[in-house]
Amino acid sequence: MSLSNEDVRKIAHLARLAVREEDIEGYAHSLSDILAFVEQMSQVDTEGVLPMAHPQDAAQRLRADVVGETNQRERHQAIAPAVEAGLYLVPKVIE
Amino acid sequence: MHDKTLAELAAALAKREVSSVELTTHFLGRIERLDPQLNSFVTVTAEQALAAAADADARIVRGEAGPLTGVPMAQKDIFCTDGVKTSCGSKMLDNFVAPYDATVVERFKAAGLPMLGKTNMDEFAMGSSNETSFYGPVKNPWDTTRVPGGSSGGSAAAVAARLAPAATGTDTGGSIRQPAALCNLTGLKPTYGRVSRWGMIAFASSLDQGGPMAQNAADCALLLNVMAGFDPKDSTSIERPDEDFTAHLNQPLKGLKIGLPKEFFGAGMDAGVAKAVDEAIAQYRALGAETVEVSLPNSGLSVPAYYVVAPAECSSNLARFDGVRYGYRCEKPKDLMDLYTRSRGEGFGAEVKRRIMIGTYALSAGYFDAYYLKAQQIRRLIADDFKRAFEQVDVILGPTSPTTAFRLGEKTDDPVTMYLSDIYTIAVNLAGLPGMSLPAGFADGLPVGMQLIGNYFDEARLLNVAHQYQLATDWHRRMPGGFE
Repeated sequence: MSLSNEDVRKIAHLARLAVREEDIEGYAHSLSDILAFVEQMSQVDTEGVLPMAHPQDAAQRLRADVVGETNQRERHQAIAPAVEAGLYLVPKVIE
Repeated sequence: MHDKTLAELAAALAKREVSSVELTTHFLGRIERLDPQLNSFVTVTAEQALAAAADADARIVRGEAGPLTGVPMAQKDIFCTDGVKTSCGSKMLDNFVAPYDATVVERFKAAGLPMLGKTNMDEFAMGSSNETSFYGPVKNPWDTTRVPGGSSGGSAAAVAARLAPAATGTDTGGSIRQPAALCNLTGLKPTYGRVSRWGMIAFASSLDQGGPMAQNAADCALLLNVMAGFDPKDSTSIERPDEDFTAHLNQPLKGLKIGLPKEFFGAGMDAGVAKAVDEAIAQYRALGAETVEVSLPNSGLSVPAYYVVAPAECSSNLARFDGVRYGYRCEKPKDLMDLYTRSRGEGFGAEVKRRIMIGTYALSAGYFDAYYLKAQQIRRLIADDFKRAFEQVDVILGPTSPTTAFRLGEKTDDPVTMYLSDIYTIAVNLAGLPGMSLPAGFADGLPVGMQLIGNYFDEARLLNVAHQYQLATDWHRRMPGGFE
């Protein structure tokens, strides 16, 4: 599998990553190398093999619906890049 | 004092031959003097360490000390530490002061171990050489022109140079075992679910596992006693009764069945590594163990499968770094999309971006079955190989890494070559088994590690098997020149 520069731009957009134009070519090469390497997987027949998502095949544990954590908004917002009146600030999204 | 093991330091503290403040001051002095050569710490927390040491001394006086109270240690900078910068080796988190402690950190605090600082690492634990860190590469104390391995390279270099008696690491594809091998340390990756992942910054959640790095297996057992245990805050933490991992250290190895996977002894391994591992096998036979050839036929596909599963999970986990709530934010974003893409584009390094993009691609519409589903099926085949092997043997032994420490810059231009540095360790993460690396000798003056792999929850046996070897050998006692 070989990726074009256009493929890289599309993937970077899906991943919300700004990639500099001069770096696109390099990523196209290295990502293609990695995908070519990963391609070895097709050598083995996995027909009917149950995919393994968790080492112990454990199910998600449930807990009782009771209050545990207390609200620590000030503490958690103290490390935010921009906050006002308890809200996170981002550039305007609605004109 | 710094040449002593954790157990020896704990004994000296208990006998009041030394105080925790004296010990902590000694190690802080070594960090200040020697770390400029290594770059193994991102943050040194001298003030907090000395305050914690004073508390530990008071606790010892009151007779309320635990087995390791007062022994200082270092934390990999992937574990959140309340009020202390937690960078994960990334520009993205260079300004991140964690608002809470990881469960592992909380447990070490409660046990009374002062934290000397936070150790350098590959960015977001993605790397095998510690060269992807925003804070620059870590040097191997055995040869400072070489890498210490990664991603827990700072922890490995710090303990190897005796700047800390022990440190934590995390292992997603070999990140505890490979640096332990390259720096002449003993390191243990526990069974998936043994050690809480709460507050341990996520890379690939179905593979990540924290564990100890120290001079020997007995010390790792003491550290695992603190680290391991059920945590309701981690949804994949395994509910099991607590265990004393030191309990079986002294069991003789007579009758032990060691499996040697033929796939781990083929082409691709350096002659010096092969020789050291062969000698270790002979030593085990001399200790009464029986060796049996086993086969892990699908292990050759572990690296390709891993480079789908791990990037896929990483692309999802790292979506949280968006420049909105914490971490790096780009200058003057023109709109929300620009804020997201530039904060992430400028905040992440090249290897992290590569893995996010591979994962994004593998999970995108039309490719999911060919990549992610296929990789998870291969993961099952790999786990089944181990299951069959453990029907025949008690533990599996092989090399940890195909080479000794390589030169800085040697593999940075070729990601796939770098990935193959973890060819013997990755299958263990995919299966979720416990594995450890321990010193097995030297090749051209550089340390060689051997790997022991155990069945699920068999850490106590692994530690026993490693400890018995260390009673008969002294490789683990060797220290790098220039750091005495």
